[in-house]
Amino acid sequence: MTETKELSSKHILGIKDLTAAEIQLIFNTAKNFKEVINRPIKKVPSLRDVTIANLFFEDSTRTRISFELAEKRLSADVVNFSASSSSVKKGETLLDTVNNILSMKVDMIVMRHPAPGACSFLSQNINANIINAGDGTHEHPTQALLDAFSMLEVFPDLKNKNVLIAGDIKHSRVALSNIFCLKKLGANVKVCGPPTLIPKFIQKLGVEVEYDIKKALEWCDVANVLRIQLERQEIKYIPSLREYSQYFGINKKLLNSLGKKITIMHPGPINRGVEISSDVADSDQSIILQQVENGVAIRMAVLYLLAGKRL
Amino acid sequence: MSKGRTILASTRFELTIQRLAQELLENYGDFNNTCIVGIQEKGVVLAKRIIELIEKENIKLKVPFGKLDITFYRDDFRTRKEPIKAASTEMDFLIEGKKIILIDDVLYTGRTIQSALAALQDFGRPDKVELLCLVDRRFNRHLPIQADYIGLTIDALDEAYVKVEWRNQTNKDRILLFAAK
Repeated sequence: MTETKELSSKHILGIKDLTAAEIQLIFNTAKNFKEVINRPIKKVPSLRDVTIANLFFEDSTRTRISFELAEKRLSADVVNFSASSSSVKKGETLLDTVNNILSMKVDMIVMRHPAPGACSFLSQNINANIINAGDGTHEHPTQALLDAFSMLEVFPDLKNKNVLIAGDIKHSRVALSNIFCLKKLGANVKVCGPPTLIPKFIQKLGVEVEYDIKKALEWCDVANVLRIQLERQEIKYIPSLREYSQYFGINKKLLNSLGKKITIMHPGPINRGVEISSDVADSDQSIILQQVENGVAIRMAVLYLLAGKRL
Repeated sequence: MSKGRTILASTRFELTIQRLAQELLENYGDFNNTCIVGIQEKGVVLAKRIIELIEKENIKLKVPFGKLDITFYRDDFRTRKEPIKAASTEMDFLIEGKKIILIDDVLYTGRTIQSALAALQDFGRPDKVELLCLVDRRFNRHLPIQADYIGLTIDALDEAYVKVEWRNQTNKDRILLFAAK
């Protein structure tokens, strides 16, 4: 892999646009920031001249706090915006909203939006660095980066490691970004879930499909478990959560029957007792809270690397 | 880059480093409540060499040593043409109330040292900070920063470029002066 010193784009819209070398650069930078956030004084002055707007047109806890902490630990000025308490309700368009915010001299935009491609649309129309914090069912690049970064703390290399993504693949931007990221890093990826929640033609992305969770778990080294996104499902894709949990839920008994120790991940929010049981989520096999810690370091790295690029 | 001229090498180079180590030994003796901090990356190499000499001189000594990376403290990272790669910071002690000897290879504009002083603050309030550098380009300063221990003073034009090479990296210890970068 060739090394690179900078990102080629001014934006992080999706993992699809990043090269393996750029992903590695983000990881190397994040490693340094992880050291920073574990100091007694968890702050560096790198972005003291940068103003960042966090635009969240969709609910979020982890990602939003994680981005905000990352920005503050880089000494950036931060403004927060959520759609529920803004002029969007009064009928303002996305472009107008963002252009108004930019007139107040904002340098970077972190945006979550329910429409796939919203960030890409913005990047073509406005003059600011844009970071996608999740656009509909499309991509969630920083989540995929922090997932892979967390895996690399367990394994020295992801080449030929078997990674399972289980759950609602169809509605998950985490799944898509993870697939792009893991394939670029050389991992084997399998998805598992009810047939109605596996997108057609997903094999074209170079992943395998498995409908039996036990077989899938036996195959993998790491299982990234996703939530059923009921809020994105207009129609019934599964008979009931209870039935889903019986067929695809991961519990300690199932894990113990595998005969090997796999690593369990979850991007949150967890629906305990549905896709994953409490004894699994809280077990020593789970690195769910490490993922959250790494999230701040990864976002600091992304913000830092983009801030170095002039518009 | 033009061809560089060697201005310090072999025996004289070794003697210079030995003298710097001796100066520290004279002033700090048992290095009680004192730590050495090298600035990544070349400052760390120099710091290691000096600590090696100090500990050889007084075998009972174990000098606390930290590596400081100042990339995230630079004030020019958004205006530079070339991106800079961060190295690791390894400071596994707090510097509250301690004496610090900051070490870098070349003191030029003073901006690196300014950033390093800002970075040091994040590890506590030191009692005293002193600066040691192998090369002092005394007429090129942008800031009122001076070194306390100097290996070699060089008078060079702003366009000139000074490079220190280390034997564990290039097989040869030497200081080179280039007319332009």
